Amino acid sequence: MSDYSTSELEGIARKLRYDVIKMISQAGSGHPGGSLSAADIVTALYFKIMRHDPKRPGWPERDRFVLSKGHAAPILYAALAQCGYFPSEWLSTLRKAGTCLQGHTDSTLTPGVDVSAGSLGQGLSVGIGMALAAKIDKKDYQTYVLLGDGECQEGQIWEAAMFAPNYKLDNLTAIVDYNGIQLDGFTKDVMNLEPFLEKWRAFKWEVIEIDGHDMKQVIGSLETVKNIKDKPTVLIAHTIKGKGVSFMENNVDFHGKAPNKSETDIALKELS
Amino acid sequence: MTNYADLSSREAYGKVLVELGQNNNDIIVLDADLSRSTMTKFFAQAFPERFIQCGLAEQNMISIAAGLASCGKIPFASTFAVFASNRCFDQVRMCVAQPKTNVKIVATHGGITVGGDGSSHQAIEDIALYCSLPNFTVIVPSDSIETVEVIKTAITTKGPFYIRLGRPKTPVIYNKGCSFKLGKADILKDGRVATIIATGIMVAKALEAAEKLSQSSINCRVLNMSTLKPIDDQAIIEAARITGAIITAEEHLLHGGLGSMVAQVLANNMPVPMLSLGINDTYCKSGNPEELLAIHGLTSDNIERAVKDVLTRKIVK
Repeated sequence: MSDYSTSELEGIARKLRYDVIKMISQAGSGHPGGSLSAADIVTALYFKIMRHDPKRPGWPERDRFVLSKGHAAPILYAALAQCGYFPSEWLSTLRKAGTCLQGHTDSTLTPGVDVSAGSLGQGLSVGIGMALAAKIDKKDYQTYVLLGDGECQEGQIWEAAMFAPNYKLDNLTAIVDYNGIQLDGFTKDVMNLEPFLEKWRAFKWEVIEIDGHDMKQVIGSLETVKNIKDKPTVLIAHTIKGKGVSFMENNVDFHGKAPNKSETDIALKELS
Repeated sequence: MTNYADLSSREAYGKVLVELGQNNNDIIVLDADLSRSTMTKFFAQAFPERFIQCGLAEQNMISIAAGLASCGKIPFASTFAVFASNRCFDQVRMCVAQPKTNVKIVATHGGITVGGDGSSHQAIEDIALYCSLPNFTVIVPSDSIETVEVIKTAITTKGPFYIRLGRPKTPVIYNKGCSFKLGKADILKDGRVATIIATGIMVAKALEAAEKLSQSSINCRVLNMSTLKPIDDQAIIEAARITGAIITAEEHLLHGGLGSMVAQVLANNMPVPMLSLGINDTYCKSGNPEELLAIHGLTSDNIERAVKDVLTRKIVK
């Protein structure tokens, strides 16, 4: 927990978005859209909500964060560098040979990354394991899992969705970055998830719908979650793919494409 | 005190987990609706707070196990071998193999001796799949007593393990005790004419065959290759050097199993005449275990004949 004001947090989110564009541009490949849509949520978690210590990445009492949508690795790396888990110079090595910052997260290489991801649909289950360990050990840490909306087409998400309420995992929070776009197009066209909230409710989750770019709402809902007992909570965060860069917003092309030189210049200018 | 010699390997697994769970609170057991068959039910009864019933959701189970391991637990995830390998392979790859999480996957009902359930339940690809994964240790114990030692070793050795057990009760090899050493083949019988390398239930059949062969003065070395990964290269090379002929026997597809791995070691180091017994590129059918083994050429008679065959190709110096 830190004392950042809402406007300070918004400033951090803008800085992280700036880093994301720079990193992906330097790498020459990557997924800008889903990092930008998740920027405010990741900022809220790492700079306001979560109990963690960059000097002790393995601290047993830390809150856990699982980036299940592993292609959004750049936003997590930007946040971890900003927190001080590793030097910010590392960010320019993204995706390059010998780097500790792999294209998708690798728990064996990056300080502060607890879970390797990239094959979608598995992070909620891993988060369940962490939440169960907390219950067994009577520890009070929280586990947060960030899911993509397209990712929720994977069957394993619903295996996990069935499991967590059965085990009353009130120390587990899923956050869906509902940006409405996946690689092949709009989620509603590729494989519609709706009625989405009803699905989670039917699986007996506490469901909270928020604007994933309204920092006050993001913080407020994450605070509320801590008081919900006997069941897990899912935050359905409505977001905009590519948020913060005009020509990337709601643009399917920037799910998995790096900006070129001139696009990068415009994007960085918009985020400065 | 449990007498493990009286039990099937899976019963021994279930019982030893309870014994070890008494002094180790980090042991957590997960199952996917098969605890009455995998025998994790004993642990569920003894330590309900450390038993996690996942229902029929093997993918979820493996990833949950990885999450538990990342928090310092020693999770044992059990289901049938056919599901533990095929059904959740990507979860095993992503959550266990690549990040080297301390997850122990103990699969029962391996091979064709599942019997009547038929091909859907007969794991014949699992060894090839698990041995293909970097960072994994893969073990097929030969009897219930070795199973107990293997489980103890899995607990004290960090990293991903796949341990394959069978369904039926099988002959006891290690009546006089077992000093299992991870990654080391065990010479059960020495001889200089040929070497039979076997794994799992085929070890007992290899000993039977060697006994019969020795009556006609064909003295074979018998190696129990319970650790398939990392495979004991030195024991294979040594056997080739001393005996000059190798026969392998396994309850698994020939592709990617013990025979393939031994052949690779020999080809790279010390090529000698070799013959592999295993399932030849086919799915199997229902039947009782011994019938099925006979259909697929996996009896002690088959091993005996294989030794004689390979000896006709042996180069005598």
